Amino acid sequence: MNDLTEERKPPVATTGILGWLRINLFSSWFNSLITLFVLYILIQFVPWILNWTIFAADFKYNFNGEEIINREMCSRVLDPETGGACWAIIYVRFYQFMYGFYPREEVWRVNLSYIMLAVAVVPLLFDKFPLRKHFLKFTYAFPIIAFFLLNGGLGLEPVSTNKWGGLLVTLVLGCTGIALAFPLGIILALGRRSNLPVISMMCTLFIEFIRGVPLITLLFFGMVMLPLFLPEGIDMDGLARVLVAVTLFQSAYMAEVIRGGLQAIPQGQYEAARSIGLSYWQMNMKVVLPQAIRISIPSIVNTSIGLFKDTTLVIIVGLLDLLGIGRGALADTTWLGLAYEVYFFVSLVFFIFTFAMSRYSLYLEKKLKTGINMGAD
Amino acid sequence: MRSNANFFSDEKFRSIFFQTLVIGLFALGIYFVVQTTAYNLEKRNIATGWRFLTDPAGFDISFSPFINFKSTDTHLDVYFVGVLNTLLVSFCGCIAATILGFLVGIIRLSSNWLLVRVAYIYVEFTRNVPLLLQIILWYSILIQLPRVKQSLEFLDIFFISNRGIYSPRPIFENGFSYVFIAFVLALISSFILRRWAKKRQDNTGKQFPVTSSAFGMIIFVPLLLFFILGSPLSFDYPALKGFNFKGGMVIRPEFIAMFLALTIYTAAFISETVRSGILSVTKGQREASASLGLKKSWIMRLIIIPQALRVIVPPLTSQYLNLTKNSSLGIAVGYADLVHGFGGISLNQTGQAIECMVIVMATYLTISLTISVFMNIYNRSIQFKEK
Repeated sequence: MNDLTEERKPPVATTGILGWLRINLFSSWFNSLITLFVLYILIQFVPWILNWTIFAADFKYNFNGEEIINREMCSRVLDPETGGACWAIIYVRFYQFMYGFYPREEVWRVNLSYIMLAVAVVPLLFDKFPLRKHFLKFTYAFPIIAFFLLNGGLGLEPVSTNKWGGLLVTLVLGCTGIALAFPLGIILALGRRSNLPVISMMCTLFIEFIRGVPLITLLFFGMVMLPLFLPEGIDMDGLARVLVAVTLFQSAYMAEVIRGGLQAIPQGQYEAARSIGLSYWQMNMKVVLPQAIRISIPSIVNTSIGLFKDTTLVIIVGLLDLLGIGRGALADTTWLGLAYEVYFFVSLVFFIFTFAMSRYSLYLEKKLKTGINMGAD
Repeated sequence: MRSNANFFSDEKFRSIFFQTLVIGLFALGIYFVVQTTAYNLEKRNIATGWRFLTDPAGFDISFSPFINFKSTDTHLDVYFVGVLNTLLVSFCGCIAATILGFLVGIIRLSSNWLLVRVAYIYVEFTRNVPLLLQIILWYSILIQLPRVKQSLEFLDIFFISNRGIYSPRPIFENGFSYVFIAFVLALISSFILRRWAKKRQDNTGKQFPVTSSAFGMIIFVPLLLFFILGSPLSFDYPALKGFNFKGGMVIRPEFIAMFLALTIYTAAFISETVRSGILSVTKGQREASASLGLKKSWIMRLIIIPQALRVIVPPLTSQYLNLTKNSSLGIAVGYADLVHGFGGISLNQTGQAIECMVIVMATYLTISLTISVFMNIYNRSIQFKEK
């Protein structure tokens, strides 16, 4: 009895680790070649980068165990062959990176503002936040509180804005720009879609002008030309002038995003609102805008990311934001030549903020896709 | 008789009233700004006018590949150098960013997991870090290159140092213009050939090897003429003399930093639009063309890409506009573009802030509008045509 069927090889694995490797990395000879090539490059670079940024890097002490106070004590200056990054420059200058030249005895005001910013923003972002309504009241009040807290007044020691710097300036520019541009953008978007030809034309011209020129020319405008336009006695400081430019810039982009949302609202919504007797403003405030803004939030977040990155441009007109403080640190002879550490750190801070924002916008997009019915169908 | 209140509830009257009000307020605002500006200018002893444009600039521009700029040239020349430099870096950046962006976009849809991950990391990192920071970073890497004396050599004709890349400069002699004319003619006739071949294919179904014949025409006809005319082209090689190179041509690190940063930054955004464009073509299209028996490469070229382009081109246009506007960041590394050369140095030297800024803004508006117009024409040509 030997007529058992011949043993066959098992089929090629398509599950498990081997199957996964076969499908995703070695599906053809060409794919395998690419995989090996990419792996080779990664093996060349990744360990070197990890070594430089972490394992061979100095944080506070160099390899002799001394506390680093200038560039000569950095391991990579003492021994260029083996030394990694010298993060001591960040450690020593951390205060400046966070607050600029804000007086040390008043710094609690900045810290309090940072905390309050988080309390104000987080409930705004998530609509299932407990007691959201009450928190939102605080969100509306926050700009006024923060203004007096940071700027002084009402019994607090005034701190001139030219002492502000670092992350503080970046956040003030980003948040104020976004917050002020939002209502302006809504007005411009409504204006552009208005039936009144003069208003529509003026809004269109404004939006297209701002979108046609680079932000840097608007910053120059704010810095060089604005003082010429203002009557004597009205003196705006540098930060305020830059804020004017940034807000105008952002409002034009915001307007286009909101206009996109307005265009997506079906005509029936307008007609229904009018037919129950709502006025133009009632129709927009109660029916159209809530829907239009809701569907354009992901794009609003995306333009806000753009603005947040663009705040770095203020270093060109002489403000010291995060990048400006970094360049200042590099110009200091005690820390000369540590450019990569500084730029890496500044990039990382920006990356954390913008990446979080872009994840949030993705999360919203997913939620909107499943959760909203426009009532058109 | 209508009362005033009734007048106001009339829509036509209300619309005219509000528009007149807005125009009036606007005119009033302009009037006040002009008045205060005139007063402020007078107080600061700044004379308005365009006369400064013909004054000698009195400074040098290190990178001016098209115009031989001397410090005795006028501010108007500074403007032209600036415009050309802006256009140069924007043009090179747009082309390179498109190529890199399409490549990365297609890679992100490939089946190789590792490659997809690497492309994803590239896109996320470059998109989320400010462009200005990237420009400064590239510049700080480039000026770390060896000094001129120890510059890296390639084939003894290219020299890379912290002052830029030195390469041979072509010198066109008599007769080269014929080669160039032949090249242009070959280009035009390939377009005509393509149209003819397409017409013939539509009518008779016969195909014609357009790509290879056009390629042959564009490459070989000028090349043949080139040798017949006795190679009317020579090179001026860079040579190290003293502390610097003499002769040849140089691409400055400022330009390279701008070019690299703009390309790499914008390509990340373009790759996303390419990816979403290709994803927007439904699976059915691919399956239908496969069931018709089309080759894999044909499916991509004839079915997927033409449909994806309709989605890709509008956002691509705005990326080109962004890149052009972002080229104004050259001021951070001293690239003598429009903003740095004319809006920066000339403005500071002459003090004519309003005039300089008006010219700079008007130029950017013109460039932006021109790009929009051309991209809109292209967009219309690729949109779905119903017969």
